[in-house]
Amino acid sequence: MNAALPGELAAADATQRAARQAEVVAALSALLPAHALLWHAEDTVPYECDGLTAYREQPLVVALPETEVQVAAVLRECHRLNVPVVARGAGTGLSGGALPNRLGVTLSLAKFNKITKLDPVSRTAVVQCGVRNLAISEAAAPYGLYYAPDPSSQIACTIGGNVAENSGGVHCLKYGLTLHNVLRVRGFTVSGEPVDFGSEALDCAGLDLMTILVGSEGMLAVTLEVTVKLIPKPQLARCIMASFDDIRKAGDAVANVIAAGIIPAGLEMMDKPMTAAVEDYVHAGYDLNAAAILLCESDGTPEEVAEEISRMETVLGASGATRIEVSQNEAQRLKFWSGRKNAFPATGRLSPDYMCMDSTIPRSRLADILLAIQQMETKYGLRCANVFHAGDGNLHPLIMFDANDADQLHRCELFGAEILERSVEMGGTVSGEHGVGIEKLSAMCVQFSPPEREQMLSLKRAFDPKELLNPGKAIPSLARCAEYGKMHVRRGLLPFADISRF
Amino acid sequence: MSPTDPALQVLIDRIHSAHSAGAQLCIRGGGSKDFYGEAPQGEVLDTRILEGTSSYEPTELVVTTRCGTSLADLEALLATKGQCLPFEPPHFGDPEHSASSRGATVGGMVAAGLSGPSRAATGSVRDYVLGATILNGNGEVLSFGGQVMKNVAGYDVSRLMAGSMGTLGVILEVSLKVLPIAPATLTLRMEMDQATAIAQLNTWSGLPLPLNASAWWDGNLILRLRGALAAVQAARARFGGQTVSPEHALPFWDGLRNHDDEFFVKAREAVKTGAALWRLSVPQTAPPLALSGEMMIEWGGAQRWLCSAMPAPAVRDVVARAGGHATLFAAHDKSAGVFAPLQSPLDRIHRELKKSFDPSGIFNPGRLYPGL
Repeated sequence: MNAALPGELAAADATQRAARQAEVVAALSALLPAHALLWHAEDTVPYECDGLTAYREQPLVVALPETEVQVAAVLRECHRLNVPVVARGAGTGLSGGALPNRLGVTLSLAKFNKITKLDPVSRTAVVQCGVRNLAISEAAAPYGLYYAPDPSSQIACTIGGNVAENSGGVHCLKYGLTLHNVLRVRGFTVSGEPVDFGSEALDCAGLDLMTILVGSEGMLAVTLEVTVKLIPKPQLARCIMASFDDIRKAGDAVANVIAAGIIPAGLEMMDKPMTAAVEDYVHAGYDLNAAAILLCESDGTPEEVAEEISRMETVLGASGATRIEVSQNEAQRLKFWSGRKNAFPATGRLSPDYMCMDSTIPRSRLADILLAIQQMETKYGLRCANVFHAGDGNLHPLIMFDANDADQLHRCELFGAEILERSVEMGGTVSGEHGVGIEKLSAMCVQFSPPEREQMLSLKRAFDPKELLNPGKAIPSLARCAEYGKMHVRRGLLPFADISRF
Repeated sequence: MSPTDPALQVLIDRIHSAHSAGAQLCIRGGGSKDFYGEAPQGEVLDTRILEGTSSYEPTELVVTTRCGTSLADLEALLATKGQCLPFEPPHFGDPEHSASSRGATVGGMVAAGLSGPSRAATGSVRDYVLGATILNGNGEVLSFGGQVMKNVAGYDVSRLMAGSMGTLGVILEVSLKVLPIAPATLTLRMEMDQATAIAQLNTWSGLPLPLNASAWWDGNLILRLRGALAAVQAARARFGGQTVSPEHALPFWDGLRNHDDEFFVKAREAVKTGAALWRLSVPQTAPPLALSGEMMIEWGGAQRWLCSAMPAPAVRDVVARAGGHATLFAAHDKSAGVFAPLQSPLDRIHRELKKSFDPSGIFNPGRLYPGL
């Protein structure tokens, strides 16, 4: 045994990496203008992480192509050299999906930021991948149209990233996710071949590959251009703000609204700590005594909204709401929403750092998970505030910690992992809309069995045989799960409930 | 049912014996869609042994049901709670029978991936799939997706099953999003030529109106408004035309959905004498296509049915140039291929995916494309 000392190993690794870097820089220099290629550490630092800042890595090289020809050429060359490629948009992702690969190229697509075509008659927009989510709705507004998915980061996040993550927002229950609002994606395969998924028609021949491309976290292909659906802007939207003195009553109210046959345009919940945090930040007049606040929105024609708001008020009242307020105008409606939309920055003022979880649970388990989280706060000695897309069961607990304290970071990770595991046990999923990225890899071991994960890895290889596109994200390897050591929680093929066979 | 359910074990055993014997399996429910796609091949694997609804939570808007469950039974169950499958999946089957006895199953509904008259307004079957448990070609039981509306954990393999024609695996159980039955429905009829109807439908679709379904044939445009009572009433005046009474409207839309309507009855007769029924999927704004034959237009212009004796390459060429694809839906001679041929690199990705899910090529060989 002549094991090298750790210092020697690191030095050997650094030498090897430098040689690889020189090789890749030399190869890509022939394909890109000098200003479109970064590799000095001081230039690549801005790319070291995405919205999940707890994880950082220096890319080998950052490529900033300006034309599709350049993108294809970079991909071809990287494929030839077996260099991993991590495509990147605005870098607002919250799961580390765009975390660089130490031995890979970060492919920044920020320069593809044009709306190529906006057609009010077909109600579609053809946009380059780097166009911001909100910019699409702004461009469509003069025609009375908009792009429905509205993640909280919509002012900054790009459509290419939305496709990678299958982004949602606060209106998903009624208007769907990115998948439901995208018709076509044009881009390149890992080896730089042009490829087209979907079409301008409502379906296309063969397997519906759009279903797996959207939400694939940049691991199946590189998206350059997206055709999105635009939908008519509702004539009117009104919002009800309802207070509850008990979390369980608020959870039941959500179920009661849906049982009454109402599909709200938005249905959001905040717990007491979150309400206090956002009220301090936006001064919207939230009820600080409430254990939970529900925001319940109706949109449509004025007649439709009047009918629905009145039904919602009845249900919320019967469910035990202690205070009900209905927005009387657009300014008031936006004020109701201001707190919810600012939940993250408001939490940022309370704590040096916070980690945002993203699990989804069946709506009926809402109170159970919130009460479980309260117990975990004591167990891990950390505070947690909760916002919840109640309409679609997507929970965002914000665990507050101080990243400078290694023990707090560690406790925060355990806290987060326990929330995800409990969510899976309750019949939910580890990620509703932020993606798995690097952050939830371990939790994937709990949600999926070894053959399920192997099937997904093999699906990736059908698109990317050398596994070079964003490798190591989203789907954990068997070895990683073995190391994590937690049991897979069996889902699927539910035991027969006591209802008659049909 | 548990993973050790005897019916599931039967299916797994069949896959293992097919492996050893080098045989191929034709996954089949009620057979109501046997006519669709390339010719079924292999020994029949009857999925109806695995049936029943395992969970239904109306307040979660989710139902989880097994592949062999009758589609009619599922819809009847949902109706008891005032809910439905909003995409109106077709039952097809023998038009002499009522929908409840035509045999369509939930597994077949997902595998065929077909949606009915409301599709342009509500989305398609794949949009309502939340999760699926499947058997892959190695006989492994795999679950993807879940029972919640939002789920981005891993690749969404459950939705990939929609329209896969059984080529990737046996769908054992699916979780579907369901929605409340809309309180109000109104059907209108007006005379209009094809080009005007397409233009008008696109204009209406761009306005916040409760337009749920449309059908144009032979100079007549039929519209269905659906939604809140107030919305339907308020929108009525915008559209003009005559109101069609519910006792005429209901059978019409059902007939369109299940292909019992006059247009399809005539098309089936024509197929017997050598014509073909084509399903053309085109951008909604595509102008009238230069094709000869009878044309029925649905989905606000996005789905067009053509009954014609034109040669297949000519039909496919016109449709491709309009930005769409043409499916040879019903014909005696399917030698031109049922589904529009794939271009590279999509054809390669299809072959690799097939190899990934079903390495020995056991399931529904050639049903989607020859060699797949």
